Amino acid sequence: MTTIEGPIPEEDRGKDTGQKSSASLTWRRFKRHKLALVSLWIIVGVYLIAIFADVIAPRPAGDYNPDYPLIPPQSVTITDPGDGRGMGFYVHGYTQEIDEVSWNRYYTEDPDELHKVEFFASSGHDYQFLGLFTTDRKLFAPEDADAPFFLLGSDSNGRDIFSRVIYGTQVSMSIGLIGVVLSLVIGIALGAAAGFFRGVVDTVIQRITELFMSLPSIPLWMALAAAIPREWGPLTIYFAITVLLSLIGWTSLAREVRGRVLTLRSEDYVVAARLDGASRFRVIRRHILPGLTSHIIASVTLAVPAMILAETSLSFLGLGLQPPVVSWGVLLQEAQNIRSVITAPWLLIVPSTAVVIATLSLNFLGDGLRDAADPYGGAVK
Amino acid sequence: MLQYTIRRLGWSLLTIWLISIVCFFIIQAPPGDFVSVLIAQAEEDGRRLSAAQIDVLRERYALDQPWYAQYFTWIWGILTEFDFGYSFRWNRPATDVIMEYLPFTILLAGGAMILTWFIAFAIGIYTAVKRYSAGDYFFTFLGFIGLSVPNFVLALVFMYIAFAFFGMTVGGLFSPEYVEADWSVARVLDLVQNLAVPALIIATAGTAGLIRITRANLSDELVQPYVVAARARGQRENVLLLRYPVRAAMNPFISTVGYAIPSVISGEVIVSSVLSLPTTGPVLLGALRNQDMYLAGSFLLILGVLTVIGTVISDLLLAWADPRVRRQHSGATE
Repeated sequence: MTTIEGPIPEEDRGKDTGQKSSASLTWRRFKRHKLALVSLWIIVGVYLIAIFADVIAPRPAGDYNPDYPLIPPQSVTITDPGDGRGMGFYVHGYTQEIDEVSWNRYYTEDPDELHKVEFFASSGHDYQFLGLFTTDRKLFAPEDADAPFFLLGSDSNGRDIFSRVIYGTQVSMSIGLIGVVLSLVIGIALGAAAGFFRGVVDTVIQRITELFMSLPSIPLWMALAAAIPREWGPLTIYFAITVLLSLIGWTSLAREVRGRVLTLRSEDYVVAARLDGASRFRVIRRHILPGLTSHIIASVTLAVPAMILAETSLSFLGLGLQPPVVSWGVLLQEAQNIRSVITAPWLLIVPSTAVVIATLSLNFLGDGLRDAADPYGGAVK
Repeated sequence: MLQYTIRRLGWSLLTIWLISIVCFFIIQAPPGDFVSVLIAQAEEDGRRLSAAQIDVLRERYALDQPWYAQYFTWIWGILTEFDFGYSFRWNRPATDVIMEYLPFTILLAGGAMILTWFIAFAIGIYTAVKRYSAGDYFFTFLGFIGLSVPNFVLALVFMYIAFAFFGMTVGGLFSPEYVEADWSVARVLDLVQNLAVPALIIATAGTAGLIRITRANLSDELVQPYVVAARARGQRENVLLLRYPVRAAMNPFISTVGYAIPSVISGEVIVSSVLSLPTTGPVLLGALRNQDMYLAGSFLLILGVLTVIGTVISDLLLAWADPRVRRQHSGATE
């Protein structure tokens, strides 16, 4: 004598599954994917870093110190030098030796020269806090503003890699987001139209999608980016690159949406809605698009890291964003050849770690959302 | 099937035509026409082109005529004489440059493609069957790493490791002793050895996507009633797996395989540039940086055409594997 309960998982039965909104069911299911949950917080953290970059970065992005090129990442010690400055975080100063033959600099930490690192310290670099007021307080900064302070090393111009990676977060993370929003609009509109109306509309949209998919994206991006006039300002180039990325990036989304719409439009409930006399627009919006959510979310979260990677690659090749704009790809330009990577591995390691943390978390997040966004189907394990 | 094939080929010709227009506009994009660039370059070298030479060149590329005439001249040259234009950086016909570099590109991209399919298919099935096992997490994580690390970073890391720990300098397709050697078995083996790592680096980017697709589709199929029914009939698990759900889950795989080609070509361009392999990648990059547009546009056209051929093959495979696709495209439904 079994009662038919529908596809509600055993452990949820008798609770509130029937009354809960699909959003809260999705959230409940998403929380089980631990890796995705951790990734969500990392992504939130990365965007917070982007928003508060001015506070976190001890130095402005372009600030350089010609006395300290290519300093390796600095070690921070907790100690009390016993001169009244008290217990705290300290970094060492350096003594330099220049090799007469190769002109390479060799740094040795000077054990007697200690610089205290203070929290919410005055850094001597003014900035606008979120556009509200001017301050020079940083999250942490050396007590003596001119002291060498290169947590993650410095580049060949003596610029602080840590600060630059923090500022790079702003450009790299926003380019992915804006680009995806643009391609989302194009992809959903074209994909849904193709899948729903079929016939000539479908054929034309399919051909256009196919055309864009047939072109290898990196060479095409390279060609189009190379066509951007160099005399344009940094902001214009930034937007041009974003538009380029989304113009080519929408295709997989459109294809995905079209395929799902084709399947969904013959589902019983969609046919029923049509027979009830619902308008085409209503059928698409109320009955088909909600069924696509999981796929759209999966594609979008996949597309953001793909765009970040594309920007990074383009800038690395020197065809994307140009200095003085700071993005992770621009930073990686310094690690252009194997010689510089061998002399200063941190030029490669630090920015690419930032890229990998961001893209990996976004990919895990997307995977978790994809599994969760369809709370009624599939076995929950 | 024949009807479908013809339709599909027809569409791909149209696609190639559209690609050629895109490439033509990219050639035209930089300011100034090709001949004025050539004149400027000649002056830089201290030479002067005679007025007669300039006129011949202008006529050759139909520069005094509207853009569609120029486009037609360009395409006509390619179709009839296989003439892709002139590369002023190389001071050679673009065709020569392309022919020199294309074979290794095809070799490298082909190798990377086969690696991608093989790895993705094997891991995709494994992770779908052993869902949520330690192996699933491990391979899924590995795939995600491949997806998230930029190709060029992998290439640089590889070069760094080879140098720092093994004292080797990486780059090029042949070891020093084979660069000038005649073709022999040893030289081919050397080439394969040198291709393996770049191919693997390129493959990392494409596999993760395909693994996800295979895993997702196969997982959806594995819970279907027909699988349960087959299992209830007492079929052995391995036979059952390959006979039903894997075949059903193959469709998205086959249809995606073709579209992995552009990503492989993209990866090839970057990885080859970093590892300085003698393939189209570094040449295309150099051409774009120097606005050597006929060469750049021609490379783009050829890479695009190669991709279209790849996708056509994968679509035909899909139609061959799934009768529903054939019927849908010939309008037999509804």
